[in-house]
Amino acid sequence: MAEIAPNARFDPEEAAATRRHFWSRFLVYAVLTLFAVVYLVPLLVVIFNSLREQSEIARNGLISVPRSFRFDAWAQAWGSYCVSGTCEGMKRNFFNSLAMTIPATIISTILGAMNGYILSKWRFRGSELIFNLMLLGVFMPGQISLMPWAFLLGKLGLTNSTYGLVLIHVVQGISFTTLFCRNFYVSIPDDLIKAARIDGAGFWRIFRKIILPLSPPILIVTVIWQFTGIWNEYLFGVVFTSGQQQPITAALVALTAGGTTARAYDVMSAAVLIGALPPLLIYLFGGKYFVRGLTQGAIK
Amino acid sequence: MSTHDLIVPAAAAAARPWRERLGTMVPILVLAPSIAASFIYVFVFTLWTLYISLSNSSLLPTYGFVGLDNYASLWANRRWNIAYTNLFLFSGFYIVGSMAVGLLLAIAIDQRVRGEAAWRTIFLYPLAVSFIVTGTVWSWLYNPVDGIQAFVRGLGWTDFSFALTANRNTAIYAVIITGIWQSSGFAMALFLAGLRSVDPDLVKAAQIDGASVFRTYRRVILPTIAPIFLAVAVIQIQFAIKTFDLVAALTRGGPGVSTTFPAIYVYDLMFQRGQIGEGAAAAMMMLAAVAAVLVPYSLWIVWRRRAEGRNG
Repeated sequence: MAEIAPNARFDPEEAAATRRHFWSRFLVYAVLTLFAVVYLVPLLVVIFNSLREQSEIARNGLISVPRSFRFDAWAQAWGSYCVSGTCEGMKRNFFNSLAMTIPATIISTILGAMNGYILSKWRFRGSELIFNLMLLGVFMPGQISLMPWAFLLGKLGLTNSTYGLVLIHVVQGISFTTLFCRNFYVSIPDDLIKAARIDGAGFWRIFRKIILPLSPPILIVTVIWQFTGIWNEYLFGVVFTSGQQQPITAALVALTAGGTTARAYDVMSAAVLIGALPPLLIYLFGGKYFVRGLTQGAIK
Repeated sequence: MSTHDLIVPAAAAAARPWRERLGTMVPILVLAPSIAASFIYVFVFTLWTLYISLSNSSLLPTYGFVGLDNYASLWANRRWNIAYTNLFLFSGFYIVGSMAVGLLLAIAIDQRVRGEAAWRTIFLYPLAVSFIVTGTVWSWLYNPVDGIQAFVRGLGWTDFSFALTANRNTAIYAVIITGIWQSSGFAMALFLAGLRSVDPDLVKAAQIDGASVFRTYRRVILPTIAPIFLAVAVIQIQFAIKTFDLVAALTRGGPGVSTTFPAIYVYDLMFQRGQIGEGAAAAMMMLAAVAAVLVPYSLWIVWRRRAEGRNG
């Protein structure tokens, strides 16, 4: 395999350079490996503990190689573990989170796409001002809106319901989705739209025939961003819902708050993983788009 | 007059039949619900909370005007003082820490390493999971009886001590470390994007001049991506001000009140203690903090764009 260099004389300077090169490569990989361990250990600890027996965890601590293997903790965490009186595990909260996240993601993405299309291709006097107004929503701390939402949800009869959370996340999400889509559509040449208008195409036709076919990249970014953001949200979930209506983040905090008695780390680990799984899977399969959303949302 | 080239002059529009005029209204009609929602969310909600913060609301919002009383009692409160001291401490360490780690990882990955995608995936995955998940798991790792301390002691170092969350004075550092762990991947992603955008000719020129790798980074590459440092810092400060989930899951503000943050305190005042007026005042202070960071930053961005425009 090894190729012999045509001119294989010993050259001390070159040898020194090779040695330096080797050590610098070594350093680079050492740094990466060290941090990779720090990043992966917590994940591995949780995965292992969800599969170990509680008695073994109690004996050997959380960080240890698994010596037992079973899926009981997952079954319990999903369907039968007791949190404050009800013994239904996390499944109800998992479905609450889905019922909140999916509609809120779809609605806010559709609105964002329409808004972005209008604010980039159908500008009118004041449209920049409107865009900036929507942008402000990105920066508002959620705490500012807690009292007004409490009042509004009460008036609408949506307290302690998933629909209330959907409403909150749609309104909050519009700013992000509009920002993403508008910045993407700006880069579509105006001439394309002009030509279509001369051919007699209207607002909806241009959207369907020109904008939409070009949109998949930005729509994937937006959907991933909204889905993970809404799924992971905690503040509104814990404030506006309770018990069986809670999304999974709020339920996880309730589950793991369990006092000073012996903690069922096996079940709690499985519950944590159930709560983390949807966004993790999305990240693993759509990582490229996830990162794109991150950098776009940040820099623009 | 209008800068919007897609708009037909008003005189022509007036002469056209109503169907076409309706057609020009479609964009505004479609946009209207979003405008209304954003307007209510941004302005009405903020003014509403501002008003509550000036009222004598306790368990329920009432509208007896009391001026700045809530703000006065907020700033006189020991717990609020702990909360914003924590915010400063956390922001400082968290921003410097996650930028340092993020930059180190970005530079390492930028050395044409093998399996770049795999490394990036590892460093970024914490961003996909919630702070609730991260905070919960790290609270176990910090637990002296079951976590890292027990593990190291089990290896034979029997007087090893690592119990940050058990001590009032050190619990805030547990929050900082976890925050850095969660989000240095974010800094890495932004820095890496920046490093990749540096003009390769510039780097080559520096290398031909005989500059070492270290020197090339310090003198050539990093200065050109300086704006990214500022962007990362601004985003992280903003995040630090809003920190709620992480602390709620990791320390729940304790031991005692030692890791109280403004966001935690707002929640407590509004929903645990029924002091809505003072809670609203604390929320307004959070908004003020966000504005204090973002307003100068956006002014700077606008100024820079103008300057760039002038220079061609």
